[in-house]
Amino acid sequence: MTGSSVKELVDREYKWGFVTDIESDVIPPGLNEDVIRLISSKKDEPEWLLEWRLKAYRGWLKMTEPHWANVHYDPIDYNGMIYYAAPKTEKPLGSLDEVDPKLLETYEKLGIPLSEQKRLTGVAVDAIFDSVSVATTYKETLAKQGVTFCSFSEAVKEHPEIVRKYLGSVVPRSDNFFAALNAAVFSDGSFVFIPKGVRCPMELSTYFRINAANTGQFERTLIIAEEGASVSYLEGCTAPMRDENQLHAAVVELIALDDATIKYSTVQNWYSGDENGVGGVYNFVTKRGKCAGVNSRITWTQVETGSAITWKYPSVILQGDNSIGEFYSVAVVNRYQQADTGTKMIHIGKNTRSTIISKGISAGHGNNSYRGMVKVLPSADGARNYTQCDSMLIGNECGAHTFPYIDIQNNTTSMEHEASTRKIGEDQIFYCKQRGLTTEDAISLIVNGFAKEVFQYLPMEFAVEAQNLLGITLEGSVG
Amino acid sequence: MLEITNLHAGADGVEILKGINLTVNAGEVHAIMGPNGSGKSTLAQVLAGREDYQVTEGTVRYEGKDLLEMEPEERALAGLFMAFQYPVEIPGVTNAYFLRVAYNAQRKSRGLEEVDPIDFMDLLDEKLKTVDWTAEILERQVNAGMSGGEKKRNEILQMAVLEPKLAVLDETDSGLDIDALKIVAQGVNNMRRPDNALIVVTHYQRLLNYIVPDYVHVLVDGRIVKSGGKELALELEAKGYEWVQEAGAVS
Repeated sequence: MTGSSVKELVDREYKWGFVTDIESDVIPPGLNEDVIRLISSKKDEPEWLLEWRLKAYRGWLKMTEPHWANVHYDPIDYNGMIYYAAPKTEKPLGSLDEVDPKLLETYEKLGIPLSEQKRLTGVAVDAIFDSVSVATTYKETLAKQGVTFCSFSEAVKEHPEIVRKYLGSVVPRSDNFFAALNAAVFSDGSFVFIPKGVRCPMELSTYFRINAANTGQFERTLIIAEEGASVSYLEGCTAPMRDENQLHAAVVELIALDDATIKYSTVQNWYSGDENGVGGVYNFVTKRGKCAGVNSRITWTQVETGSAITWKYPSVILQGDNSIGEFYSVAVVNRYQQADTGTKMIHIGKNTRSTIISKGISAGHGNNSYRGMVKVLPSADGARNYTQCDSMLIGNECGAHTFPYIDIQNNTTSMEHEASTRKIGEDQIFYCKQRGLTTEDAISLIVNGFAKEVFQYLPMEFAVEAQNLLGITLEGSVG
Repeated sequence: MLEITNLHAGADGVEILKGINLTVNAGEVHAIMGPNGSGKSTLAQVLAGREDYQVTEGTVRYEGKDLLEMEPEERALAGLFMAFQYPVEIPGVTNAYFLRVAYNAQRKSRGLEEVDPIDFMDLLDEKLKTVDWTAEILERQVNAGMSGGEKKRNEILQMAVLEPKLAVLDETDSGLDIDALKIVAQGVNNMRRPDNALIVVTHYQRLLNYIVPDYVHVLVDGRIVKSGGKELALELEAKGYEWVQEAGAVS
């Protein structure tokens, strides 16, 4: 690739990289049982939760950091990291009006207005800043419908029974190294509960922001849709530009009961490091949903454009008969970014169906791996899977890899797998230019055509953000 | 409209065009014929601004401007269109969207407002007729999954929408059966006007039965060795390229 605009596109400035100058309540770096007790006491947690954390921590101590992913990084110093940072407040927050103006300004700058007058219409937002939730909009409106949407800390206080019932039920605290770490030190996150028969009337959204230096973010999200309930949830993420790497080890658990639907969309744009690969967020996340009930459905849609390293596999356990799991992903790496992402579909119930569509785009020195597993247990009669993973390469110094794992233990299974790799060609760019498009518009058009299949699953609000993130105009309303 | 003077160009240090002189005026149709490897396609690509070819000598003036100084997209926006010998596939992008983006790029460059998808569909209805197609083709992806003939027809559809001043058809007849050839030729003929011009690059005389040129130029080894009227094409067909090659050697 010779066009200078390609380079520009790849080297775009990260415009969310500013730091908010705000006084923070930060605990000293390091990790031990006292730190966990401190976090738990700061959040005024019940004893059972502290115990749960400590058990997770003790389990974590016996684990070793996994290194099977196709990513490379220097050892993480778990004792040099800060596990809790929160913007200082004089008193507990009663309403949005009491939120520090600097925080409101931060979210305003990020394009997520929280103030009463300017709220995003039709989208309720939970804003998480470092370790705590600073505001949740539309809470009362939602409560009238019976929908609970609040920070995790609040849920522990207001709905302890529900939290206790479902916490760790999909991702156990001993699930893996990073999930165990999260279980020990998680600070905040979002909690969503949609009761029986309720269709959530608006999009729910969490906006994650890491601000403090040298701080890890360990949020935990729990979404429960009871019988016949449905919800669409979106998450967005950004962080300041810093030279050191920051760890983001989140856990997301979704539970869909009979006939329930959960649609979970992510536009991940953590700071990816500079043009030499210095700095950036390590995005090591465990996301899993359980289709616990019959006819339930869980859809993961993700657009991963940020982070120095992305390492995650939003998965679905298809336990209920006739349940459906879907995974639609666009992962973009440029500069020195690395991504090892994909999904796991575990078929347990009868006639369960899963669809996987993964689009990897690699530019610069980026390295992109799709890793996916389809497992069909003996009980899953009539299970079906369709997998398609496509890779696109921009330039000569990037990489694309595909690691599909298939484990079928039932001979009534139907499976289809398609894969392709293509290079964005000089030919394609020249063709577009000959029709009057600039190089940048040409690349946008080509990349967008490539990712279109996935974008169509994003809620409208995020489709727009996703298109901007790729520096492209979305495939139009025609076609 | 177009004035090529002593054009030398090549790729990777190998000279392919060795001094081309050609003048094309508005309202004219010029056919460039020649054996394989004579430089026909190179000439088309150089006119369109392909970076793979380097111009080492000579000038090309287009509408009074130095064409060689212009970026490929500037040439396109100035009304120069090339129908590709091998139209490129753009998966996931519909014809309708691609045509609209290209059309609006032209409008924007002329300071006109962009056309919205609905108004654009009205315009497309007209254009589809020129290549005897229905709206179904608009929802197809740009060249992806199309047959060779469909791709060539798609080029002519794009040409009809963009209404170029100067169109260069690079071996548009290759890979076409006779029916498709007629449709493509008819589409091109419908676009002929006193204020535009056409350069038809072809190996065979066949296409020129349908798109009748005003001038025929024979390109051999990077030089135009013979020029004449439309009857030259027939003579070539009868006598073969060896005839002009020998004639070229003599002159």
